[in-house]
Amino acid sequence: MSGPILQLRDVSLSFRGIKALNALSFEVACGEICALIGPNGAGKSSLLNIINGVYRADSGSVTFNGEQFIRIRPAHAAHLGVGRTFQHNALFRHLSVLDNVLAGLIRHSRTTLVEHAFGIGRDRRETREFNRWADEIIGFLDLTGHRDTVVGTLPYGVQKRVDLARALVGRPSLLLLDEPMAGMNQDEKSEMSRLILGTNARLGTTIVLIEHDMSVVMGLSHHVVVLDYGRKVGDGSPEQVRKNPDVIAAYLGTAH
Amino acid sequence: MSAIGTETIEGFGPSGVTAQSTRDRLRAGSVGVLLAALASIPLVANDYWLNAVLIPFLIMSLTALGLNLLMGYAGQASLGSGGFMSVGAYATYNLLLRLPELPLPVSLLLGGIISGLVGVVAGLPSLRIKGFYLVASTLATQFLLEWLFNQYGWFSNYSTSSSISAPRLAFLGHDLSSPAGRYLLTLATVVVVTAVAARLVRSQTGRTWMAIRDMDTAASVIGIPVSAGKLKAFFVSSLVIGIAGALWAFAYLGTVDARSFNLDRSFQIMFAIIIGGMGSIRGNFLGAAFMIFLPIQLDHLGSGVFGGAVDPGQLENFQKALFGALIVWFLIKEPRGLAALLSRAWTQLVSRINR
Repeated sequence: MSGPILQLRDVSLSFRGIKALNALSFEVACGEICALIGPNGAGKSSLLNIINGVYRADSGSVTFNGEQFIRIRPAHAAHLGVGRTFQHNALFRHLSVLDNVLAGLIRHSRTTLVEHAFGIGRDRRETREFNRWADEIIGFLDLTGHRDTVVGTLPYGVQKRVDLARALVGRPSLLLLDEPMAGMNQDEKSEMSRLILGTNARLGTTIVLIEHDMSVVMGLSHHVVVLDYGRKVGDGSPEQVRKNPDVIAAYLGTAH
Repeated sequence: MSAIGTETIEGFGPSGVTAQSTRDRLRAGSVGVLLAALASIPLVANDYWLNAVLIPFLIMSLTALGLNLLMGYAGQASLGSGGFMSVGAYATYNLLLRLPELPLPVSLLLGGIISGLVGVVAGLPSLRIKGFYLVASTLATQFLLEWLFNQYGWFSNYSTSSSISAPRLAFLGHDLSSPAGRYLLTLATVVVVTAVAARLVRSQTGRTWMAIRDMDTAASVIGIPVSAGKLKAFFVSSLVIGIAGALWAFAYLGTVDARSFNLDRSFQIMFAIIIGGMGSIRGNFLGAAFMIFLPIQLDHLGSGVFGGAVDPGQLENFQKALFGALIVWFLIKEPRGLAALLSRAWTQLVSRINR
């Protein structure tokens, strides 16, 4: 784990006068798993949306891989290497698992409409290459049995894994996971934890995730950032955060 | 993708490989037989069948294909199809008229490309709006194009009547003006365009379209070029519809007439893909068959049963109502269209045989 891959400086965001994020600063080190925790409405999802350009921060700056920006388009963030999964399912539901994963590679495509229409030029080679990459990730995330199934018909837990595969296939250097275990049972959660740890360890992907389940967070992350009403109330290792009185008051102390 | 590539990647275990390649071979074989049958139809069918049934059916299938690429695959609803048909027809007419040295297929293709470019301009609003609002803006395109071709005489070579006769159709020294010649020209065009479109929807481009259709916000977040994808869909769709419009004028009507490319035509094409099956290549032919054959059958049925006892105007209205009722019934019964209905029936049949 070396220097920071992501730095946020005094990031603020408000919706119609309501502060969602208030002068927030923190860093994510390269290669770590960083968890964002906090009660509902603390601004966690908004923060992810700023990092990959869905929202624009009112003030402050985001530095990713040494490149500083305040406003970035989602597509550009994806090209820079920011991958993303979604809290609510955002898969292409009429497409098969393979096609969903392949869609995650479209931004790497170098072929044109005419090449696609007639199967000429670089199209065939690129298709073979992309299929190989997609199948690697599908195997890596234990989705081989579902490869040709239309995703809309799959169980929720499997769909979450497809979402992860779609984000991962483009080999992002930073992966943002928005509640990857929401709505899962205990078995599915431990399976997903295993896959996230495996992604981090074997592919070296830096991961920022939002999660509510404290046992999952403590078991998974190297670094925890605690948000409450748009402010940062805790930042450190899981042990440090667990002992922080402000955090206990704001979040852990309340009955959940 | 080459056949070898498909097998090595898709085949998990030997049984998968054989099932895959057998199915491919079966499909290729049945397509071949179908094409041979279609190409030999002029030997047996009379001119009425070619002129009034088969030619319009094939062209309607082609327009449906064009709209399906845009609406069924890329999820962008349009009521401008009639307008794009007229662009293709007038563009090809002017190419045949002013550049007679161009071979017919080149004129057809160029006419289609011009229609495609007009489609790109008409598709610009789709970058900002969707759904009903986009339908309204394509409707405006439809009316604008109708007005344009009526207003400016240049497009119809300053012909005094509202319809203009089509130039002679010939390719490689063969006269294609006979019913059989026009049928074969239409068939060849439909086969080639369908083959290319079928390739396209399985390619990266098709995947881009379907991703935009299913979830455009997620598509842009994972780096799919959404705006370019939409405009490409408008281009290819209008290109195909433009070629179909030129065929409608030259191979079916024999005249270029803006009135045959009105809003009714746009609706007819939209119904064809809704009934046939959105996001299905096969569905276009099924939907077109429904739109062309059923009214003819209803017509025969009506005149057979009532035999002049009922006012023909009334009968026609009744047919329209019945036709509309059938469309509604279909949509309730199977929202994914005839293509889905047929593939379900096929799976049931296969499982019954295997049992």
